Amino acid sequence: MANKTDTVLLSDTFAAGLWSENPVFRLLLGMCPTLAVTAAVKPAITMGGCVIFVLLCSNIVVSLMRNLLKPHLRILIFTLTIATFVTIADLFLKAYIPDMSEALGPYVPLIIVNCIIICRAEACASKNGPAVSIVDAIGMGLGFTLAVCVLAIVRELLGTGKIFDIVILSDKVFVPWVVMVMPAGAFITLGLLLGLVNKITKKHKR
Amino acid sequence: MDTVTALILGFISIVLINNLVFSKFLGICPYLGVSGRIDMAFGMGLAVTFVVTMAGTLTWLIDHLVLMRFGLEVTRYVCFILVIAGAVQLVEMYLRKFFPSLYESFGIFLPLITTNCAILGLCLFLNLWEIDNFVRAVVLSFGAGIGFTMAICIMAGIRENLELADVPKSLKGAPITLITAGLLALAFMGFAGMIK
Repeated sequence: MANKTDTVLLSDTFAAGLWSENPVFRLLLGMCPTLAVTAAVKPAITMGGCVIFVLLCSNIVVSLMRNLLKPHLRILIFTLTIATFVTIADLFLKAYIPDMSEALGPYVPLIIVNCIIICRAEACASKNGPAVSIVDAIGMGLGFTLAVCVLAIVRELLGTGKIFDIVILSDKVFVPWVVMVMPAGAFITLGLLLGLVNKITKKHKR
Repeated sequence: MDTVTALILGFISIVLINNLVFSKFLGICPYLGVSGRIDMAFGMGLAVTFVVTMAGTLTWLIDHLVLMRFGLEVTRYVCFILVIAGAVQLVEMYLRKFFPSLYESFGIFLPLITTNCAILGLCLFLNLWEIDNFVRAVVLSFGAGIGFTMAICIMAGIRENLELADVPKSLKGAPITLITAGLLALAFMGFAGMIK
């Protein structure tokens, strides 16, 4: 069924989510969780997993019922769909990974109002069939996870000298920058990373 | 007297110490998008304050009177988001009917507030902090809105001046705003420990 152009379209959609339209670095979406969960790598990965799951499910559902949607009720339906899947993800975390659920706290339910998911539902799933929507969700979700992990690695390494509780920079040579695991460090690190990404893309274009 | 003191302390703490923007990272999206001009920032802040007070109060009531009583906590998130969307819709209709000029000046901000994480975040925090006093919940909701308004106005003031500054090209726009926010958050850390 899928001829060559379809495959190219799908792989383009996937790649766009990872880099050229990376939700965090390029589109500046979903900033709140990006900043909040990146004090350490483990919660960041968990958060990425939750976002991929919710994004995938909501994109599939929205794209299946895209012909039934009434324009003025659209956003409400999107949010309700997302809220349902977020509840599932939240209960799953509480049951199987309780310590991560504790660490992420209210930021799991806050996925409901994460602009990435509503944006993808609106921009992609409500216009395309399930196949494109699934690929788009996975690409965007992985792009988000990637961005969050990069941020978390920088912050945890500089903030505590460890990654995954493995000491990388020992206390003798390196004094941890406590500010990096505080809110202020999150803002500054993300600002500098965005600047770096801008610089790289500019060089690419030239 | 004790309760009044506790309320005032709670208010100060949510405005300065647990400020939603600087310590909980809530409401960053409008914070980055709108804080370009100080009058728009103030309008957005007022709209958020209004909705967050209403939504905080309503969700607290629903949570305690309906969900907890009948063991329906599973549906909490769905209910909260419905209440917020409904509240925003009501505010929008009310303003359009009775204060058209105010409605015009709020413009696109009103529907955007539905997806402002500060609102849902506060409702969830009221639940997480186990606030079981109604008046306290209302005061905290209002304080959260004031805190947001303050943060967004400070930021808008700085950004108006930032336009005149010579910022490195790749840091222009969002990156420098985030770094400024980081420095502001650093300053706000000074308030920590003011109230136990």
